[in-house]
Amino acid sequence: MKNVLIIGATSAIAHATARLYAQHGAQLYLIGRNKEKLDINASDLQVLGASSVFVDVVDLDDVSAHQGLIDRCINQLNSIDIALIAHGTLADQAEIQTSYEKTLEALTTNGLSYLSLLTRLANYFEPQRKGTIAVISSVAGDRGRQSNYIYGTAKAAVSTFTQGLRNRLAKSGVNVLTIKPGFVDTPMTADFDKSALWASPEKVGAEIFEAIKRGKDIIYTPFFWRYIMIVIKSIPEILFKKLNL
Amino acid sequence: MTKRKNLSWGRFNDVEVKIQSLNWRNQNLPISEEKQLPYGNGRSYGDSCLNDQGSMIDGKKLNRFISFDRQNGLLKVEAGVMLSDILALTVPNGWFLPATPGTKFVTVGGAIANDVHGKNHHVTGTFGCNITQFELLRSDGQRLLCSPTENKDYFSASIGGLGLTGMITWAELKLKRIQSPYIDCESIKYNSLNEFMSLSEESAAQYEYTVAWVDCLATGDQLGKGHFIRGNHTGSIITGKQPSLSQSNLSVPFSFPNGVLNGLTVNMFNTLYFNRQFARTKEFVSHYDPFFYPLDSILDWNRIYGSKGFFQYQCVVPKNDQAMREIMHSIADAKMGSFLTVLKEFGDVESPGMLSFPRKGMTFALDFPNQGPRTLALLERLDDIVKEAKGAVYPAKDARMSAESFQQYYPNWKAFSEYIDPHFSSSFWRRVTAPI
Ligand SMILES: Cc1cc2nc3c(=O)[nH]c(=O)nc-3n(C[C@H](O)[C@H](O)[C@H](O)COP(=O)(O)OP(=O)(O)OC[C@H]3O[C@@H](n4cnc5c(N)ncnc54)[C@H](O)[C@@H]3O)c2cc1C
Ligand SMILES: NC(=O)c1ccc[n+]([C@@H]2O[C@H](COP(=O)([O-])OP(=O)(O)OC[C@H]3O[C@@H](n4cnc5c(N)ncnc54)[C@H](OP(=O)(O)O)[C@@H]3O)[C@@H](O)[C@H]2O)c1
Repeated sequence: MKNVLIIGATSAIAHATARLYAQHGAQLYLIGRNKEKLDINASDLQVLGASSVFVDVVDLDDVSAHQGLIDRCINQLNSIDIALIAHGTLADQAEIQTSYEKTLEALTTNGLSYLSLLTRLANYFEPQRKGTIAVISSVAGDRGRQSNYIYGTAKAAVSTFTQGLRNRLAKSGVNVLTIKPGFVDTPMTADFDKSALWASPEKVGAEIFEAIKRGKDIIYTPFFWRYIMIVIKSIPEILFKKLNL
Repeated sequence: MTKRKNLSWGRFNDVEVKIQSLNWRNQNLPISEEKQLPYGNGRSYGDSCLNDQGSMIDGKKLNRFISFDRQNGLLKVEAGVMLSDILALTVPNGWFLPATPGTKFVTVGGAIANDVHGKNHHVTGTFGCNITQFELLRSDGQRLLCSPTENKDYFSASIGGLGLTGMITWAELKLKRIQSPYIDCESIKYNSLNEFMSLSEESAAQYEYTVAWVDCLATGDQLGKGHFIRGNHTGSIITGKQPSLSQSNLSVPFSFPNGVLNGLTVNMFNTLYFNRQFARTKEFVSHYDPFFYPLDSILDWNRIYGSKGFFQYQCVVPKNDQAMREIMHSIADAKMGSFLTVLKEFGDVESPGMLSFPRKGMTFALDFPNQGPRTLALLERLDDIVKEAKGAVYPAKDARMSAESFQQYYPNWKAFSEYIDPHFSSSFWRRVTAPI
């Protein structure tokens, strides 16, 4: 039986992943900022077979609350085998790009709060000498584009930070997984027109579950995004800057 | 608005729609200028799940379980949960769906809105007969808890209500106790409609599941000949050799060229199917999956009908062999024989649904590749027979019945329309309520 901490447990992708742990009888500790939504997800996980589910309401923008939530989780579960960080917001780039305050807000939710959580989780996992920290970054962090470079900046920070952390924690037998989803049909992207490139949160959740089990380092999910991003990253800047991406 | 193809199972109703979603059951419906319609898994064949030039609210995001009383078999789920997910959860705990259609890839909301039926209609009635309560979310934000005792009128209007009365957010259903995931089955070759009638009568009391596959091309004395299949849940865990469950999940990766399913192939299929059993009676044990869902292992099988798609026609007529014979004659004469023809006797368990299709009598379900006006003319002819016999045609499978036919089949459609959410509509509803 695994003890799993899910940070941002109201996310559709996180919940799809949590369901697989529930079906395997895991104990789950869910963190989100909305109590009603957390309760809705908790009863689903309970019915699916979780041996116990705890919910803890925290606004993750408040980094000063992070140590407390990790302590409460350890207290409740005794130990953590897997921590998944998944919360996020996708603000309209055009709306925030002219305001540093709004830019900072987006960076706090999608970037700084991750760095805070990762720092504290690393402090817990390093001496434990086992376990997995899985972190949802994004393909958006692979290259800056005019349509969402603020979000992309935060995700780039998460990707680079987890890469370094993986290098550090590998020595202690702790696995750090960087997850880079492509387009996923979730509430975050409700207003987008969906083409064939879009994946369901269930598909992405299943790939995250597998990647954690196999101790992977970085995954693109669905897999073909690896190739799309190779192409996107290889376009020379002199051309790239003229594109409308 | 985006152009979308193939949002319903018959694959020929193209629409231009806005897709919206409801992600949490405690939220209000998404705002839309256009009228809205909930959308389940698109397993309806025609346009009853479509809303051309309007909004369709993806109901599959509401896919969470709420509670499962393993002692009493009461299951509360969000309305976008699929029957396949329910089975995966409940069968290992000894509970089965009280009624199930021929595919498990439908949502609970869709199953209520069409008040679907299965092979055990004569025992447990429709899906709606086994619903204890649900919540109906209206476009004005009102939430109605509906049950046989509370908001009774909305309860009966929404069961078989074609998604028009509001969005069902969650529902509670009564499951059926089973001892194993297997079915003891018997397949009996019979040679005439009369034989079918007596088999059906004789089996009703002793078999929970009954259905027949009919060879539509047989004529004369052999009219209606086919295989009668009956079964019960296996009483105890089977020891010894376990029947195997084929996990093939083949999928049809591309659409077949039009015309692959012409008279010749249908003929071949019927001959192969009806001759593969030599003995008159064959007994076997089947896992529930191939027994109830033989087509689900071929994902997207509807593509074999090519890009023109196909029609399904399902009607119910009183148990009077005149109408049944006429229907079968018309099909045999038109030489447009159906790939799959299913015949079943509905029992007299009455559904609470105001517009429910199932009613006492004989029901036929047939597939017809879309061959344009020829096919439409045949279906019109069938409608005339069904109207004459005071029967009805199933909206979930319909893409073409006239307003006049619908209004004759469902005389209380006007009373029903009082319960329609003022901000909801569907392509089907506009078609069948157009001024005659
Ligand atoms: C292979 C196959 C076999 C079948 N066999 C049978 C059978 O044996 N018996 C039978 O009765 N039917 C049968 N059907 C038909 C099928 O069961 C019905 O069409 C069913 O309603 C489809 O459910 P869905 O989730 O796909 O809903 P959709 O087809 O997407 O929608 C069906 C209706 O439900 C409404 N709806 C969906 N969600 C909600 C909600 N949350 N709240 C309110 N309304 C909602 C829609 O507006 C629409 O009117 C079969 C279909 C196929 C493809
Ligand atoms: N969807 C995509 O296409 C896509 C692609 C690449 C990467 N991702 C990443 O995948 C992760 C999961 O997103 P998703 O697609 O599953 O979207 P989602 O369902 O909208 O989930 C995001 C969740 O984060 C929560 N959240 C936001 N800010 C929070 C805060 N300050 N404190 C606590 N919770 C907060 C939201 O809570 P509320 O519901 O309470 O607002 C929401 O439930 C995100 O990191 C996202 O950036 C998504």
